[in-house]
Amino acid sequence: MTEPREPMTDAKDATTEPQDVTTEPQDVTTEPQDVTTEPQDVTTDASPARSDTHNYPETGAHDEPGDLQGVARRLLAEAKIDVVIGWEDGRRGARPVFITAADDADRLIFDARCVHDLVSYLNPRRTQVAALGRVAVVVKGCDAKAVAGLLREGQVKRDEVVLIGVRCGGVLEVADLPEAVALTADNVSPRCFRCDNREPSLVDYLVGDPRDEPPRPPATVDERVAALDALPVEERWEFWAEQFSSCVRCYACRQVCPLCVCERCVADKSVPQWIETASHPRGNLSWNLTRALHLAGRCVECGECERVCPAGLPLTLLNRKLAQVLRERFAYVATDDPEVPAPVGDYRLDDAEEFIR
Amino acid sequence: MSDGGNGGGKGGEFEPRITAFVCNWCTYTGADLAGTSRLHMASNVRIIRLPCTGRIDPLFIVKAFERGADGVIVSGCHPADCHYTAGNYHARRRFALFRELASFIGIDPGRMTFSWVSASEGAKWRDVVDDTVARVRALGPFEAYRRLVDQPAGTGESYASIEGLFEEAAR
Repeated sequence: MTEPREPMTDAKDATTEPQDVTTEPQDVTTEPQDVTTEPQDVTTDASPARSDTHNYPETGAHDEPGDLQGVARRLLAEAKIDVVIGWEDGRRGARPVFITAADDADRLIFDARCVHDLVSYLNPRRTQVAALGRVAVVVKGCDAKAVAGLLREGQVKRDEVVLIGVRCGGVLEVADLPEAVALTADNVSPRCFRCDNREPSLVDYLVGDPRDEPPRPPATVDERVAALDALPVEERWEFWAEQFSSCVRCYACRQVCPLCVCERCVADKSVPQWIETASHPRGNLSWNLTRALHLAGRCVECGECERVCPAGLPLTLLNRKLAQVLRERFAYVATDDPEVPAPVGDYRLDDAEEFIR
Repeated sequence: MSDGGNGGGKGGEFEPRITAFVCNWCTYTGADLAGTSRLHMASNVRIIRLPCTGRIDPLFIVKAFERGADGVIVSGCHPADCHYTAGNYHARRRFALFRELASFIGIDPGRMTFSWVSASEGAKWRDVVDDTVARVRALGPFEAYRRLVDQPAGTGESYASIEGLFEEAAR
């Protein structure tokens, strides 16, 4: 996979990123991305051997060449970060990779198989990732929303992580393919339809060519939710009871979720035990209901929970249903702007209460 | 359980079992007032007192259904009356979401009543209780949840039916 060379754009203006200013006494207009706290001369290339071929100045100027591999290589070569978390080609499709040496940056790829939300690695509970040092993460638009969620909740600090945003044209629903294929109506992930963040703004670098909008799937997620909503309540129950009965309670949905960051999950508490741990319909219902509800207003619909589910539960439908309610009732849409308050944990005095007597 | 719910009524008539989660400062006191005022109301409700509606986790409702409730009442202070200033505002958002999600997975919203009942509204509490009992009585016992709870483990069906559902949606 070769990424087309693309003018590197600096998506973040220093004036909109107060975190950078506080840690950077130097001229922030020319150096908004520097995550190191020690002052250093940014005009000298830390990698003279490469300076003839990859001379990326720190200005983030729009006319400078920059692509995913180039940005990662430069960040690593200049020791601005210790590891880039991205995707590489694997035998069964793209897979997450931790690049720690500048020479390995060429392994990085981005195509429609790169479904993984790598922001999961920013979970502060993953101390083994933090132990690697300063981290840069490659993010799609949905992934950037997850970063915003972590920022809102104080789980990460913006100046602790470098974000390399990729322009995204949607991802594959079944992504474990040896090579990237063109997205079609039949292979695109339905959740990508009408994505509102294909070029994330909460990033330090934005790389890659602009991509076409994802094709329209035969049945969009909204249409699937509407199809369920149209059923009588008893049939909705039958549908979900049958779905949840396949749940094996592996909690993969929780482990992969970039926003499931609780130090201790309610599902792991035994005194009192609110959610039965056995793989029985009783606990399965409580668990899946609770998982969805605890992600309300936090879910970014990256689709990871559904992708990793060994039982194939359509968790995206639950997430989308809540997203619809949040939009209709609280005018909240998942965004990668961390300044927008989370809708749960916030309130308005005039919230609709037609369901309360 | 032998508390008179779920068909324990005279002549085998279905008596709904209702669990009420109420806040200490308003609705509990209001229910107390209803009692001291000797108001007649349905006796199907078991009250669980909590500090605030903000303390009521939606899991409480799920647990109540799991343990055999046919209906649930959640009630607390009116907006602007919360003893803790904003607990009921948080609860309002939480239950707005929970109600829709529960309905989406097939729990009839008619089994859940959300209300504001102040300490002086004993009569309103009676109405809330009577209306909820009547509504749940009409809906009948929550047999679907009962079956799910009593189901032997490992009897999950195939989920082939989902495909047909969405193929229909696609057309």
